[in-house]
Amino acid sequence: MNSLLGPFLAVLRRDLMLAWRGRADVLVTLAFFVVVVCLFPFGVGPETNQLRAIAPGVLWVAALLSTLLSLHRLFAQDHIDGTLEQLLLSPEPTPLWVTAKVMAHWIVTGLPLVIAAPGLALLFDVEQGALGVLTLSLALGTPILALLGAVGAALTLGLRGGGVLLALLVLPLFVPVLIFGAGAVDAHLGGTGADAHLLLLAGGLLGALALTPFACAAALRIAVE
Amino acid sequence: MLEANDLACLKGDRLLFRGLSRRMASGEMLRIAGPNGVGKTSLLRILCGLAMPEYGNVVWKGKDTRRDREHFHRELLYLGHSAAQNDLLTPLENLRFACDASGDAPAEADCVAALERIGLGAQIDLPARVLSQGQRRRVGLARLFLSSSRPLWVLDEPFTALDVAAVADLAATLSRHCEAGGVVILTTHQDAPFDKPPAVLDLAEVAC
Repeated sequence: MNSLLGPFLAVLRRDLMLAWRGRADVLVTLAFFVVVVCLFPFGVGPETNQLRAIAPGVLWVAALLSTLLSLHRLFAQDHIDGTLEQLLLSPEPTPLWVTAKVMAHWIVTGLPLVIAAPGLALLFDVEQGALGVLTLSLALGTPILALLGAVGAALTLGLRGGGVLLALLVLPLFVPVLIFGAGAVDAHLGGTGADAHLLLLAGGLLGALALTPFACAAALRIAVE
Repeated sequence: MLEANDLACLKGDRLLFRGLSRRMASGEMLRIAGPNGVGKTSLLRILCGLAMPEYGNVVWKGKDTRRDREHFHRELLYLGHSAAQNDLLTPLENLRFACDASGDAPAEADCVAALERIGLGAQIDLPARVLSQGQRRRVGLARLFLSSSRPLWVLDEPFTALDVAAVADLAATLSRHCEAGGVVILTTHQDAPFDKPPAVLDLAEVAC
């Protein structure tokens, strides 16, 4: 067991350390999220009722786009400097350290969004009671985005124009997450309760956690060949 | 210990080589020779399991390496063209990560000793981006000192960018590994000062 966890922890620790040393890259994702969200009131106008109505959708789309912005970095550096080959030669199962990489990536790019979201929601005058649901939906949904995105990032690794292809590949897959994520807040405000939406998101997260690392591992093997 | 059976390699739509068979016993060192583009690196990657051969298979200790990947990779050390160093990490961090990720988990003191032995004692705390090409290669090669328990070493151009003393030292390390019963497969264009010149496999003979 210890030997199984060894590479997992090594990858997690290294990726968090690298993120800390390259803090600027990480802040760009968060800044992008904040700026996109702040642009909407300028575009739509200061009508409070309207802003309140679009808030969940805006925050979710912004979170989705900022996730997309950082995805291509997930494996790119390791692919260039040869670390990826060494990891693939590790005797431990590939899906294990792939999960560690995605987890580190989410802690660095997804978690700040989840933390910033309630503050930004106040800009849109979202009801206080709905802030918890919004944060929870993002906390369950953004890891799904990271996991699905990792498969796309692995598939487009080393391709010319991979960034655009990655967006085309994963955005359709993000749609159900967006529907249930933004829908959770609407359902809470509409009085039907957000339980069903949140449970579906949680189920989606478990499903993605179980399946995507294997797809990712297969895609990475093809990418280095 | 290692058997390559009837390997063929296809790159794009060009067949690089076919019908390549070779058996290697314990204690043997093999140098893959041939001009640029003949498929030396491709062959090493096929032997390691990073790439699939178009035909044929690789057998390690009687078992097909594709069937028994985990066991095979526990006994293999592959050092490729690129040094697998991240620019933001120090040599010590890079070396420790390389060992941890491959399941070796050596003590920190052993890693420091390996880096000192390869001549990087003064650079242990510098980020890899300020190191020279040769120093980066040395960080990768320091793994050799920590991997004596892995019998099969596959090295792609290990002598590139090293100075004369380091080349001699590396050649001695490789010879010692073979004397201890290991197997070494390498490519190089240089004449390295081996005590006993390694067997040569000329890929030009099986090239298409």
